Amino acid sequence: MPTPANLKYSKTHEWVKIEGTNATVGITGHAQEALGDITFVELPKVGADVKKDSACCVIESVKAASDINAPVSGKVSEVNESLETGPESVNSDPYGAGWIFKLSNVNLSDAAGLMDATAYDAFVESE
Amino acid sequence: MSIIFEKSVPGRKGVTLPACDVPKKHQIPQTYRRETDAALCELSELDVVRHFTALARINYGLDTNFYPLGSCTMKYNPKITEKIAAIEGFSLLHPLLPQLRRGGMLTQGALTVIYELEKLLCEILGMDAFTAHPMAGAHGELTGMMLIAAYHRDKGNRKTEILIPDEAHGTNPSSAAIAGFTVRSVPTNTDTGMLDVRALESMIGEQTAGIMMTNPNTLGLFNPQIAKIAALAHKYDAQLYYDGANLNAILGKFRPGDADFDVVHVNLHKTFATPHGGGGPGAGPVGVKKHLEPFLPVSRIIKRSDNTYALNYDFPKSIGYIAPFYGNFAVCLKAYSYILMLGAEGLVEVSENAVLNANYTMHSLKEDYDVPYLKTCMHECVLSAKKQAGHDVHAIDIAKALIDAGFHPPTVYFPLIVKEAMMIEPTETESKETLDAFIDAMKTIAIAAKETPEALRAAPRTTPVGRLDETKAARDMDVCFPG
Amino acid sequence: MSYIANTESQRREMLKVCGARSIDDLFSDIPEALRPKSFSLPKGRSELEIYSYFKKLAGQNYSHLTCFVGGGFYDHFIPAAVDALASRSEFYTAYTPYQPELSQGILQAIYEYQTDICRLTGLDVSNASLYDGGTALYEACQMAVHATGRRKVIMDGGINPIYRKMIRSYTANLSIEFVETPVTHGQSDRKRLFEALDDCTAAVLLQNPNFFGVIDDHSDIVKKAHELGIVAVQSVYPVALALLKTPAEQGFDIATGEGQSLGIPLSFGGPYLGFMAAKKALVRKMPGRIVARTVDAAGRPGFVLSLQAREQHIRREKATSNICSNEALCALRAHIHLSMLGKEGLKSVAQLCFDKAHYAKERIKAIPGVKVMESSPTFNEFTVKLPIDAGECVGRMVELGFAAGFPLGRYYEGMENYLLVAVTEKRTKYEIGRLAEALEAVVCQ
Repeated sequence: MPTPANLKYSKTHEWVKIEGTNATVGITGHAQEALGDITFVELPKVGADVKKDSACCVIESVKAASDINAPVSGKVSEVNESLETGPESVNSDPYGAGWIFKLSNVNLSDAAGLMDATAYDAFVESE
Repeated sequence: MSIIFEKSVPGRKGVTLPACDVPKKHQIPQTYRRETDAALCELSELDVVRHFTALARINYGLDTNFYPLGSCTMKYNPKITEKIAAIEGFSLLHPLLPQLRRGGMLTQGALTVIYELEKLLCEILGMDAFTAHPMAGAHGELTGMMLIAAYHRDKGNRKTEILIPDEAHGTNPSSAAIAGFTVRSVPTNTDTGMLDVRALESMIGEQTAGIMMTNPNTLGLFNPQIAKIAALAHKYDAQLYYDGANLNAILGKFRPGDADFDVVHVNLHKTFATPHGGGGPGAGPVGVKKHLEPFLPVSRIIKRSDNTYALNYDFPKSIGYIAPFYGNFAVCLKAYSYILMLGAEGLVEVSENAVLNANYTMHSLKEDYDVPYLKTCMHECVLSAKKQAGHDVHAIDIAKALIDAGFHPPTVYFPLIVKEAMMIEPTETESKETLDAFIDAMKTIAIAAKETPEALRAAPRTTPVGRLDETKAARDMDVCFPG
Repeated sequence: MSYIANTESQRREMLKVCGARSIDDLFSDIPEALRPKSFSLPKGRSELEIYSYFKKLAGQNYSHLTCFVGGGFYDHFIPAAVDALASRSEFYTAYTPYQPELSQGILQAIYEYQTDICRLTGLDVSNASLYDGGTALYEACQMAVHATGRRKVIMDGGINPIYRKMIRSYTANLSIEFVETPVTHGQSDRKRLFEALDDCTAAVLLQNPNFFGVIDDHSDIVKKAHELGIVAVQSVYPVALALLKTPAEQGFDIATGEGQSLGIPLSFGGPYLGFMAAKKALVRKMPGRIVARTVDAAGRPGFVLSLQAREQHIRREKATSNICSNEALCALRAHIHLSMLGKEGLKSVAQLCFDKAHYAKERIKAIPGVKVMESSPTFNEFTVKLPIDAGECVGRMVELGFAAGFPLGRYYEGMENYLLVAVTEKRTKYEIGRLAEALEAVVCQ
């Protein structure tokens, strides 16, 4: 699965698409492969404030339950409710239909520490 | 096999009760009654007996064959201990009896069992006092953590962290977290398989409330630097906790109390041969040094000057009740009888044979499988399926192939620090012939990994079901039969 | 007495393979300085000798007293088939079913047990067991704290005092605030409960029947709790549930309880069985193991442990609970017991308990100077007010062959003259009559 060039990436394997002061967040192709078949996504609460690099929801597979960190700070504006009945989209389309939550009021300076696609691929190689 | 509820025939019953011999003058008021009956099954006694007999026949126990799960100590459970626990003077005894006036005198036999077991455990582990209350190993760990918290609170210390090696069993960090501590993981030196003492030195400080250790560790290796670690901990008044899960390796060879451990737990369902019951019950008695004794849970059993035993609740610094009564009494009773049967000599033989069996297994398989730490192991050895990975055969495939060979697989994917880990603990009660049969099966599988890997990936094929869809299980969450 | 099969010559062969000269070589990693300072235990004995010893010890226990003591743990009839089936060694010598292909027997039995608990409580999901009813209630309390993010818990005074002590001990290091509300005329004090419930409360814990044997309908309290976003938990007596309004019917989110009454011997305090059931939405927050039904690659139905990702061996310090070993064999016993009694059998047992307890009330009420607390309905346990100290009374009743009841002064200040009497289906009209006569003799002395 190729790493989309138009997104930014965190060291904890989340991707983020920043548009103005809004953002969409999901987990990367590498992350979903490492987790295996996703069985459940515990979505964050709409309206919650999240801080950069802090856990804001949990994603479960048969063999692991991982925290998903917010790559940037903001307020949860929308969550992908289709994941409640179809968590498998995180595996099949992690960068598209498998998006997890959206943020508003994003702190744009947080994006400075994120990696681009090339840097992320190199990071995954080195791990 | 159908679910028991599918076999119900309305109106059928399994038990006939005596007729009511008293006048029925009252009723439960309607407002407190349930709307519809609980839909329990309706079967005859023979129906029930056939159902559970059929279920037993598709279950594999230690009595069936070899069960080499690492760190579980699946040793033989002597039948006499079952008979002892079933004696009516024990099995029919109500736990509230000793809490009646002069009630201790109604339960002297039972109080003797607990008191004497605690005393024997003190001698075996080198500790000053024991409590039999914890109802499982993890419960013992939680109790130990609560004791450490109480100790520091009493001294006015503000210590919030517990340091735990990264190869530790998952119950260690979860018990510490549930007791309200922050957990930090200490790395294992992957070259030596030992706790990285330099890393520990850099992590320990005034905020450290305790360090949890298993020795031998989950790689089956004994850490000879234990005295240094103890001294380091005590420099900061951090309490040193010993996870006794691997006690089967060191009976009569090492006592945590002698190495300055402050608090320990033992797993009676491991080292002391009580049956695992398909997941429980177990028991996890906790031992302490004198300075932690005031905090032990109540009640405690004391021996009076006339040699009778009594319950004592007069411990103002006690952490209180961590069990409803005195622990899993029947489990403690079985362990006590086991210790009395073996004696000191028998317990030493246990460890000597357990360690011999594990080393024999490791040396017999070192040509066929990767051994990450090829040195003398203790009661368990860790192999890895690294060599087989090249043929796309993994630890799970080897495990499933062993099932077709008639064996229960070893523990796989633990400890986490070894990739494709297979942890084998034969225990002392296995004969050389059984070990040789297992070794042969493992050798056959190693060959199959090279020549017919697809056959291994399709295993098991001789069981009532093959590999089950765990993803579907977690997504569907069918945990209750609809009805 | 040893259970080691290998002979000396077999051991020598094995040592050769290990490249060791003697067994001592295998322990060379343990420095001399760390060898045991002492390892002195009584000499090992044979099976015959220790069986004699334990028969003697058992003979010192007064298990023969006619039992009217309850307090949450009851002397119930256990059909012979329960022992016979639970002692199949394929069940009791097995480990936790982490290799499901070898463990379909126990896995299916636990799935069926989970179903029993759901049908008894009316709730959607059950786990595979916890240590005991007190730990189960504490775990429910923790679920509520995590789910709501709040740190205050309301505990009804009618909850077993042993459980209330356990919960406080478990949470001593966790900064959770407890408010206990009293019991008035036997039932939960609505006024005090409603005053205590607020939007800082995580959970309200109630018990039915309560420690005094009193039955209640807590629907009104649950309704108020839900208005404030509070999790409602009820600790229940499973035999009573054959007849009583279920936790689900009252709106509770979680039900917990002690399963000892379901085919598990009293055994001086353990092993017992903590059960827990909850509404579907809480399943991922539940502690303990859970068995789920699924299929294999060939479409054959089978069972596996599921949701393990929440458990300690995967999630470690972030796990829902630290529980590993549970009470699986006790859960198996409970399920066999419920299968033997069945739908009608459990109802009959409950009805007999109720009828015989009410007969006992009648007989005891007639004793001059003795009052039976009757302001609220009871199930199979009730409180008696004596003209003398209840502890003293019980002591003298022992001499007459009875464990007459539990003196409430042990756990409730000011109730030194109150006795808690329990009656199960095992007590005959004759035994109850004899109890009343003996009690009259003791009290009127």
